[in-house]
Amino acid sequence: MRMHPRRTFAIALRQLYLVRGSVSRLLPMFGWVAVDIVLWGFITRYLNTVASPGFSFVPVLLGAVLMWDFFTRVMQGVTMAFFEDVWSRNFLNIFASPLSIPEYLAGLVLSSIATSAIGLTVMLLLASFVFGLSMLTYGGSLALFVMVLFIFGIALGIVGCALVLRLGPSAEWFVWPIPSMVSPFVGVFYPLSTLPSWMQVVSRALPPSYVFEGMRAIVHGGRAAPHSLALGGALAVLYVFGACVLFARVYRQAVRTGLIARYSAESVS
Amino acid sequence: MTVLAVSNLRKSYGATTAVDGLSFQIARGEIVGLLGPNGAGKTTTINMLLGVLEPSAGSISIDGRNLATERAAALMRTNFAAVYAPLPGNLTVTQNLRFFGMLYDVRGLRARIDALLEQFDLARFRHTRCGVLSSGEQTRVSIAKAMLNAPALLLLDEPTASLDPATAQEIRAAIRTFVAGGQAGVLWTSHNMYEVEDVCDRVLFMARGQVLLDGNPRTLPQEHGKASLEELFITVAREPLSLER
Repeated sequence: MRMHPRRTFAIALRQLYLVRGSVSRLLPMFGWVAVDIVLWGFITRYLNTVASPGFSFVPVLLGAVLMWDFFTRVMQGVTMAFFEDVWSRNFLNIFASPLSIPEYLAGLVLSSIATSAIGLTVMLLLASFVFGLSMLTYGGSLALFVMVLFIFGIALGIVGCALVLRLGPSAEWFVWPIPSMVSPFVGVFYPLSTLPSWMQVVSRALPPSYVFEGMRAIVHGGRAAPHSLALGGALAVLYVFGACVLFARVYRQAVRTGLIARYSAESVS
Repeated sequence: MTVLAVSNLRKSYGATTAVDGLSFQIARGEIVGLLGPNGAGKTTTINMLLGVLEPSAGSISIDGRNLATERAAALMRTNFAAVYAPLPGNLTVTQNLRFFGMLYDVRGLRARIDALLEQFDLARFRHTRCGVLSSGEQTRVSIAKAMLNAPALLLLDEPTASLDPATAQEIRAAIRTFVAGGQAGVLWTSHNMYEVEDVCDRVLFMARGQVLLDGNPRTLPQEHGKASLEELFITVAREPLSLER
């Protein structure tokens, strides 16, 4: 099937229109992440005063918080663009157009790239200039860390969209806590060895685990194991593929049962 | 030439059959009214024509493109306006038209939007969010959106339901002008029999998921011993068996 970039761009442009015209959409894109960075920035400052000399919590904790918030923003960038269609009951207009599912999903991803880039920029500026975090600490691996978290964020975002499409608008409350449910398993703040063995099994299936283990290895003077990062990247790609297949199946089912049309008609039934 | 060919269309939900072996065609330059009581299968039919509901059987061809196998090409030649599918209220009129114009890959979009804003008297609302427009104004925006891509097949589900008589007349005139160009056909559902008589070249009366009657709205009532289209409609709704061919 041929992808039509103009249709994909339309989805992202729609999101830009909405964000541009709404403080309540614009503020959360950088407001909450800024609060998070400030909070954890002060926590790391305090911990540095009680830690052994020569050890800095800034790259350990603040770097991890920044990367985790980036992952969360990527996921929410996808789901928020989708929820706009849910909230405005726009499915009938959207899916009765020539827009294909790959074009629609690509549009959601494009929206997420734009919105998460804004959040990431704000976090980097705050963390660097106010709390002295240097992302250069992570060297060339940083690009891979960002890429793995981005791809996995996209995957979970698409899974969230599929859930809401399948279960209805109220299922968005299942989607918001997904990052919090994943975070204990991926060792954002602690080594995976801290976890009980059954949790470590789950961790190995989650791409961010490899990112945060890699970040810790670098901070402690080592380097991120290339094969671990490659595994994390491969897993993330697999998750995206699986998420797209899931969304396409849920959509097909919704077209078969008439759910897409009812989604719009709910308000008038 | 045919812009819509529906053949033996069927939709079942478990043991319930909503549309049962529906077949009809719409030619270029023709406005066809799809009539019937609530639950007759009109909206189910329209949803299948829009590609948002998969038929259990049968085929739909839009301007020569099979909807099942050439979905994007078929839907490029279609558009619709429905009272239950308003455009997003949080976008302005222009933003909505630009967004949907891009989805339908309309060339010369800016000029097309300007022309439609003028045609439907919406220019002064260009930068107004659709959600704060009156229902009549929102309907006009929906119809402008439906005509963005100059579709070969225009589906209108109660397009004038929320309009005052003067505006409804203007909308009917605009659609008649659009169809008079000979490039498009229209499927129009309405419960307003005066409107149907005024605008439709042909009507299909549906009951229990099937086409019960097919003919000219101005002569069909007499052919079945009824004084008016409204009386015929009521008979279809209450005693469809008395009319079965």
